[in-house]
Amino acid sequence: MNTKFTTDTKIESEIAYFENVNLKLESGDIIDNFKLAFKTFGELNTDKSNAILVCHALTGDQYVAGNNPITGREGWWSRMVGPNKPIDTNKFFVICSNVLGGCAGSTGPKELQNESDVAYGGNFPSVTIKDMVKAQSLLIESLNIEKLFSVIGGSMGAMQALQWAIDFPDKILNIIHIAGALKHSAQNIAFHEVGRQAIMSDPIWKNGKYFENNEVPERGLSVARMIAHITYLSENAMHRKFGRKLQSRDIISFGFDADFQVESYLRYQGKSFVERFDANSYLYLTRAMDYFDHDETFRKNIEFSHNPNNHLKYLIVSFTSDWLFPTIESKMIVNQLNSLSREVSFLEIDTDKGHDSFLLEEPQLDDVIKGFLTNNFAKIDE
Amino acid sequence: MNKINSIRKDWSLIETLIAQDRKILDIGCGDGGLMEQLENNRNAITHGIELNRDLAANAIARGFNVVNGNAELDLSQYSNNSFDYVILSQTLQAMMKPKDILSELLRIGSKAIVSFPNFGHWKIRLQLLISGKMPVTESLPYTWYDTPNIHFFTIKDFLNLCNEMNIVIEKSIGLTSKGKQFDISESVTGVNFFTHEAIFLLSYKNFEPIKIKSSKKVFAKNSVIAN
Repeated sequence: MNTKFTTDTKIESEIAYFENVNLKLESGDIIDNFKLAFKTFGELNTDKSNAILVCHALTGDQYVAGNNPITGREGWWSRMVGPNKPIDTNKFFVICSNVLGGCAGSTGPKELQNESDVAYGGNFPSVTIKDMVKAQSLLIESLNIEKLFSVIGGSMGAMQALQWAIDFPDKILNIIHIAGALKHSAQNIAFHEVGRQAIMSDPIWKNGKYFENNEVPERGLSVARMIAHITYLSENAMHRKFGRKLQSRDIISFGFDADFQVESYLRYQGKSFVERFDANSYLYLTRAMDYFDHDETFRKNIEFSHNPNNHLKYLIVSFTSDWLFPTIESKMIVNQLNSLSREVSFLEIDTDKGHDSFLLEEPQLDDVIKGFLTNNFAKIDE
Repeated sequence: MNKINSIRKDWSLIETLIAQDRKILDIGCGDGGLMEQLENNRNAITHGIELNRDLAANAIARGFNVVNGNAELDLSQYSNNSFDYVILSQTLQAMMKPKDILSELLRIGSKAIVSFPNFGHWKIRLQLLISGKMPVTESLPYTWYDTPNIHFFTIKDFLNLCNEMNIVIEKSIGLTSKGKQFDISESVTGVNFFTHEAIFLLSYKNFEPIKIKSSKKVFAKNSVIAN
């Protein structure tokens, strides 16, 4: 494998180019050359034992902390990752890469096809969570890290963390799996399908070739985001935040303006999303989540991939008000791990903030992640 | 590593019942105090279950393997014989179905350690006799309407249940209310009267295979013969 590293100053990101790797995807397609955009925080220690891979969710990117030059805002998990934060970059070397199929610098539908000046668009091969993790493992290998101390992620990031445990149990010591599941449920696939239909029925989408005219299917993508955003919240959180409050007016308009604050909020979410995310990427990544299914196979996979001395630790966290990835889904993972006597911890955090809780202020999540990492790191140092 | 001294008297007794380097499940593990003690002093591999969310979060943050859950619902997920010891300390009386829990402990673990407050202690008997009201004591400090302890039983009751379930009592330790320790089996008379808190080390009877003459086949007495 030949890996070249460069820095893309425009997006303030490291880029790893993998050439002639023949990355075989689950679909059977092969990608010869690909690149991953990534960021690192903190220092790798001399025995390379303090590396943590953070996996981003559906619409995340490599800008887990620090400044995100694309949005001009702080990284998506700045409250969790940084000096003296729960994932402490004074202590740990944190790596976060944009997933394969993403749109923040890694190879995906937005990027140019091999040595051509045309973007992949709809010609990009279907990628799965397993493929994303395979690509990440090549990045970790090329950084000369033999073993990751931890792989951490929420939502689609949790799927990647679980996939790491299944595919590379010998290359990691623990995973922190937040608001995830063994499989994407029928309800979740249904919501994704509505989002994709919104994009694909936008006349500007043009079978994914909208970039040829320098256009963006803004309406479709923003509606997709609005639908998804509802699923990330909870009824209580919405009620607390908006209730039936009116937006910039005292009386209702008897029309279809954004009378209500909740409407205005969703419109804003949709609009700002369009500015930073690629519609085709959204189609591919939602599909990757839909295809995720370890319901039948998880037990078998971890039963034989481990030897009994492999003390891979699992921390599984769920939230009481998360109806997208409800606690019962996390408990299914815990059940299977317990039935195999694996080292598993599980916590359901009481909050009304819904699926998005992992990105928000949740002191108990902070405490548990910080303690879990610190104490388990101290144990390997002994 | 320095030895940890127990905070609770029953913990140090539980420790004496446990061999080195064993795998342990602590049910109702709180913030992991007993697990820490057994990891340090007995080099144990420990797992815990804790119903209270905040206690479970503390235990996890302290680096222990703890599942936030309800033992009465969750024990069924563990495989047979997956632990050397399963510990249920001061909780049996709070369980909905103590008998089912007891058989689950010995399914999951080769041995079980159970401790409980003895409702047959003389002070409790006296309180009920004299005041005519449900007793409230140091070890059972709740009024009847808000007590988590829903199944009161005495040592005698427990011994009868073990007998009925073919459970072997390998060791039994009694504590008086002053903390004096004695072997329950050696002082049968009065034991139910003076034991304030009891700790039992339990296992299932190991049956020698017996021959059933007529069929000339060897069956273990406790094996199931399918029709």
